[in-house]
Amino acid sequence: MDEPKTVKILKFHPEKCDGGKGCEKACSQVHFKTDEGGDKSAIRIFKEGKSYKMHVCDQRGLCLDMCPVGALTRRKNGVVWLDKDICIGCQACVGFCPINAMRKSDARITPFKCISCGACVRACPNGALELVEVNIGDIKEVVYHKQGV
Amino acid sequence: MIQGQIPIEEYKTGNTVHKWDLKKIRFAHRVLAEYNYKKGEVKQGYANRTLYVNLSNNTIKEKQVTNEMKKKFTGGRGFGLKLLWDSIKPTTRWDSEENDLVITTGPLCGITQYPGFGKSLCLTISPSTNIICDSNVGGFFGPYLKFAGFDALEIQGKAKHDVVVVVDGEKGKVTIETAPLEETNSHLLNDQLTHMYASEDSDKSRQKISVVSAGKAAENSWWGCLNFSFYDIRRKVPRMKQAGRGGLGTVLRDKKVKALVAKVEKFDGLSNNPADPVTLAKIGTKLHQEIRDLDRYQCNMRAVGTGHLVEIMDAYDLLPCENYRFGSFPKAPKIYSPHFYELFTKVIPDGCWHGCTLACAKTVDGFTVMTGPYKGQRVTVDGPEYETMGCGSNMSLWDPMWILEFNFYCDTYGIDTISAGTSIAFYMEMYEYGILSKERCDGLELCFGNGEAVLEFLHRMAQGDKGEFIQVASKGIRRVKDWLIKKGWGDRQLIEDVGMESKGLEYSEYVTKESLAMQGGYGLTLKGPQHDEAWLIFMDMVNNAIPTFEKKAEALHYFPMWRTWFGLNGLCKLPWNDIEPANNAETDEPPKVPEHVQNYVDIFNAVTGRKIDKKEIILQSERCYNWQRAMNVWLGRGQRKDDWIPYRSMGPVTEMEYMSRKDRYDKQIVEKLGLKKEEVEKMSVQEKMKILYDYRQDQYQKLADAVYYRRGWTPNGVPTPQKMKQLGMDDPTMLKMLQEKIDEDRKAGLNVWGGKYSKGEKPPSIDQKYWEKW
Repeated sequence: MDEPKTVKILKFHPEKCDGGKGCEKACSQVHFKTDEGGDKSAIRIFKEGKSYKMHVCDQRGLCLDMCPVGALTRRKNGVVWLDKDICIGCQACVGFCPINAMRKSDARITPFKCISCGACVRACPNGALELVEVNIGDIKEVVYHKQGV
Repeated sequence: MIQGQIPIEEYKTGNTVHKWDLKKIRFAHRVLAEYNYKKGEVKQGYANRTLYVNLSNNTIKEKQVTNEMKKKFTGGRGFGLKLLWDSIKPTTRWDSEENDLVITTGPLCGITQYPGFGKSLCLTISPSTNIICDSNVGGFFGPYLKFAGFDALEIQGKAKHDVVVVVDGEKGKVTIETAPLEETNSHLLNDQLTHMYASEDSDKSRQKISVVSAGKAAENSWWGCLNFSFYDIRRKVPRMKQAGRGGLGTVLRDKKVKALVAKVEKFDGLSNNPADPVTLAKIGTKLHQEIRDLDRYQCNMRAVGTGHLVEIMDAYDLLPCENYRFGSFPKAPKIYSPHFYELFTKVIPDGCWHGCTLACAKTVDGFTVMTGPYKGQRVTVDGPEYETMGCGSNMSLWDPMWILEFNFYCDTYGIDTISAGTSIAFYMEMYEYGILSKERCDGLELCFGNGEAVLEFLHRMAQGDKGEFIQVASKGIRRVKDWLIKKGWGDRQLIEDVGMESKGLEYSEYVTKESLAMQGGYGLTLKGPQHDEAWLIFMDMVNNAIPTFEKKAEALHYFPMWRTWFGLNGLCKLPWNDIEPANNAETDEPPKVPEHVQNYVDIFNAVTGRKIDKKEIILQSERCYNWQRAMNVWLGRGQRKDDWIPYRSMGPVTEMEYMSRKDRYDKQIVEKLGLKKEEVEKMSVQEKMKILYDYRQDQYQKLADAVYYRRGWTPNGVPTPQKMKQLGMDDPTMLKMLQEKIDEDRKAGLNVWGGKYSKGEKPPSIDQKYWEKW
């Protein structure tokens, strides 16, 4: 199988964000069929001073090597994907994500994450979000524990 | 940078791939018994029934788990004790028809959210000790057994021909099938059975199978272990973990069981049906994060597993070298963990149950076997763990590649590396003294450092060699001691002092000479000298945190009870204190790791829906701990004489040992025995050794006095009916038996303290029958 070379990740333009969180609502619609947003959204928008910041998975894929059952794979489009039918809910990926972007909602045992579907991009009335293509080689990271480091 | 993110299907180990004619092998099976059961759901941690299989008459049935059983025995090892009590007799020995081999799970077993929650507890009457041996093991079998419908599996009786017992949770069917054509050695047999019983030809399907087996050497030795498989979807190998101690694999093969197979239809993060999954996930994630952030600065489990201990033990004079004569050795750096780190496969998850991110189950993949029947083949070696590396130092073998070879063959032949390594180290010392020789060892030159001879010994044992030495030596140190003494070879006292066994079981790999509390940690145990009850060396020797007998006794009460709880629930001990919160040192009781204790309380409540606290944890353990000790008494052991330990574990047996640490011992004679420095300088080494011997033996007896008192036992180490009743263990047969034993001890004058108390010293109680007032 040809390995994907690129992946689309979210890019945030804080100057265009008005904090309406339409993106979160759209995201929770994708993952939980609800417009609650918040804990049920893979993308989160936080206020930071007078501006906003985005918190979301950057598809670096460190979690891929953490999954004991192979529920996490990099799909053809390069996106790191969690198959919740295979997932056994161990939370290893949640606990080990260095940026805490693998999410867990109280609503179910399996985690969820950004799949670069673009629902949030489409939902933002101000164009504060866009999907940009990056080389996987530039962002890839593996879980690697050196001895004594 | 090590490459990661390799798609699972493309991952390669470089191992030799075997092609089996599985149709032919399976066609040769004959179903001896079949039992269809109604599949049920696990409810708040319990399947609420156990499975009973009798191989003598091919009976299969289920037994209900009552609420009273849960209340008294909690689960896991507790259930095992209860089932054994109902099935065996005081005259039952390891090879008796009615001996039971029990594999249990525990209510928390099978949770994936918190590291270390997939352990099985195996119990039987051990060939080594003639009492109950319990062994805690990873792998998927325990969780799968529960998800297939049973909290425990009990195997009684003996089959006439080799059989496999299959618990098929997909079909709701248990079968006993003859298995004439399969391999016996575990690394091949487990591979065959995993492929044979998987519903589909896929790695995900194979991951739903777990096999328990023991190899060829388990048939001919008393060191037989149980290999529990866990299929690795990346390596495409059924990896294995061992229930090593006490000869459980020997019992399995004596029953003519080639393997046990458990299969699940499906399982997920909620298969245990916990009362409160939200809390579970939160506590689990917190620990995963702790491991992510701190393991590399603490134990480095994720990088090298328990192997990080080699350099620490060597630094503190605790690494057993040349049969525990020394605690460190100039060659030891050759087997420090960085050498194994180079060999271990990196980056992929290494938990022996899903969700264990402490990931200590390291492997070397594509290892080329150097000797024996699999010479030249490339295999996955599971391990080595610290104990196996410590066997290397104990036999004075300092080559990591040799340790891997030893590890591989012990595993696949189905023998315990610890018992084998500790025993062979003793034989080597006997060889050095001329008590054993090439002639007496059936042609084996078993001198320290002769790795070839050790491997040849293993191969010949697996082949069923009938040589006198091989036959006796494969049954362990106790039998060899008796054999040497019977033959009149060597000095009896020396043989008894240096052979590192207690109760008939070999010591695990720590030098305990300078820690009295740890001597108790090995000697005052239920099953024999294994460090899983208490590991107090640093608390006692390095930090001097438990200086008095009373404090040592408190530690030898609390920690064995605390650690017993892991066995009642199907847990691993490592995530308790081999990873600690960053602020642990600032807490009231750092050795207890209070935050993690609270995690376990919260998890128990989140799974079972009960409301227990940390005191109840200790009570749950005390019930089962005392029950097991009482069963040992019932089986004719479990008294002070049975808690005897060899002097090698207490102090220097030989002049060489004394002289190698002369300053330390001379100083102790001055400081602890009150002799003047000038007097000590005038004494011969033999004289100094003698007074140290008497002193340390007396210290051990005084420790036993304090511990028995703290645990609520008589001065002869027998649990009292009063204590049992206090704990709610009111089985009238048990209470009557204990009272009779105590009365017998009284008549024999055994209900007295063991230490010699001089002026100013007090025994734990001056009341001769203190327990009657409870």
